[in-house]
Amino acid sequence: MRYAMAIDTKKCVGCSDCVVACQTENDVPIGYCRDWIVERTDGTYPQLEIEIRSERCNHCDNSPCVRCCPTGASHYIEGGIVKVTPHKCIGCGACIASCPYDARYSHPDGYVDKCTFCDHLIALGEGPACVAVCPTKCMYFGDLDDPNSDVSNVLKKRKYKSLIPEAGTKPQVFYLI
Amino acid sequence: MREELITSGRMNANIDPYLEIWHWHIPLYLFLGGLAAGILFFASLYVILGRESDYSGAVRRAPIIVPFLLVIGLGALFLDLRHKLYFWQLYTTIKLESPMSWGAWTLMAITPISIIWVAIHIQEFFPKWQWKNVILVEMNDFFTKNKLSLAWITVILSVILGIYTGILFSAFNARPLWNTSILGPLFLASGLSAGAAVIILFAQSKKERQIFAKIDLMLIGIELFLIIHMFMGFRASTQVQIEAADLFLGGPYTAPFWIFVVVLGMLVPAVLEIMELRHKKIPVFLPVALVLFGSLMLRFIIAYAGQFSRWLY
Repeated sequence: MRYAMAIDTKKCVGCSDCVVACQTENDVPIGYCRDWIVERTDGTYPQLEIEIRSERCNHCDNSPCVRCCPTGASHYIEGGIVKVTPHKCIGCGACIASCPYDARYSHPDGYVDKCTFCDHLIALGEGPACVAVCPTKCMYFGDLDDPNSDVSNVLKKRKYKSLIPEAGTKPQVFYLI
Repeated sequence: MREELITSGRMNANIDPYLEIWHWHIPLYLFLGGLAAGILFFASLYVILGRESDYSGAVRRAPIIVPFLLVIGLGALFLDLRHKLYFWQLYTTIKLESPMSWGAWTLMAITPISIIWVAIHIQEFFPKWQWKNVILVEMNDFFTKNKLSLAWITVILSVILGIYTGILFSAFNARPLWNTSILGPLFLASGLSAGAAVIILFAQSKKERQIFAKIDLMLIGIELFLIIHMFMGFRASTQVQIEAADLFLGGPYTAPFWIFVVVLGMLVPAVLEIMELRHKKIPVFLPVALVLFGSLMLRFIIAYAGQFSRWLY
């Protein structure tokens, strides 16, 4: 089982519903966010091109944050989701410095926090909050090892990319381009 | 033109606008740990080489400051933690892929060893000292008898202590400035240089002072070589590394690095030590203070500039 997410950059309008839904669902402290919207503009006026992406922790296959954690607080669970065990975290900040995507933050309670692919909802048979709330339905979540899942199907049909592949992290959030 | 902006208003504390997760605690510990490693390295090296009596300043006197350096350094590290009550979790497991885990265990081993080293040489400072408690007398005898084995363990641990902080930084591929394998040897050389400089202050004979001045000169030469090659490597690497190097070659860290670390911390003390070896009168503390200052500033600048360097946006 390998959970992954695919986000259609041609349909994302940057409404930030995913940002707010995540904050509401996961009790994210005020002033912090687990996901965010990036707008990339290319070209010279009037030949301009825009790409809008909803970014979050990429739950990498070769994640530097799990590797560098000295206590094992940062670990993989079933499906390749990267999680943090708060009572094992000492708040050293190594994982925060090691993430090339700036996906982690230091929770005010002391431990390190980040997107969890809403694994508590996956356990109930639902998907992540951001995917559920998206008004353009541009986000797909599922099991890459299941050839019939939403994610597998859409990755077969469309061209896609991931972020900073040259960092060697093997991210599992794909952007349909 | 390409422009990438976060438009949903992210401002996570310590992450935005640029990473600032580690502050003064970390560079201070890196300096104290490197200095402690340098002193213990030379102390144990000369026991192994059987030259203890020639270099009694290095072997018996200089290590007295090491336990204090390590305890202050560990205190700084503890203050940096954001989940302090759980710090003991570090010692419930060893994670071979995490240099921070190696460091925690190395410190756990080397701190008591440095205390033992000072204890078996305590008569150097307090000639009339007698261990009263029978267990302490037995321990003193045991470690004095097995001093060679203790020295071997100490020399290996001190090298790990001196180099692992550079390896820890270089393992962060997310920080282009740190992601070079030259950083480990550079930090080790800087730590050994600081140790050699402090040993000059504790030296018991002119010969010892001169030998450690020469060792320090050699280490400064090695550091300069490593720094030059580090920047050559960055300039020849990918765009993110070129931008990281540019922080020091025209960017905001140019003046502090080249003036404080290279000129004041390496070149000026090297010149002063050469003059001293040529029998000119130089106050002994001056090159030592400059070397220590340069070693401290190297770590401060690399720690802060590394957090500023990034892959994104």
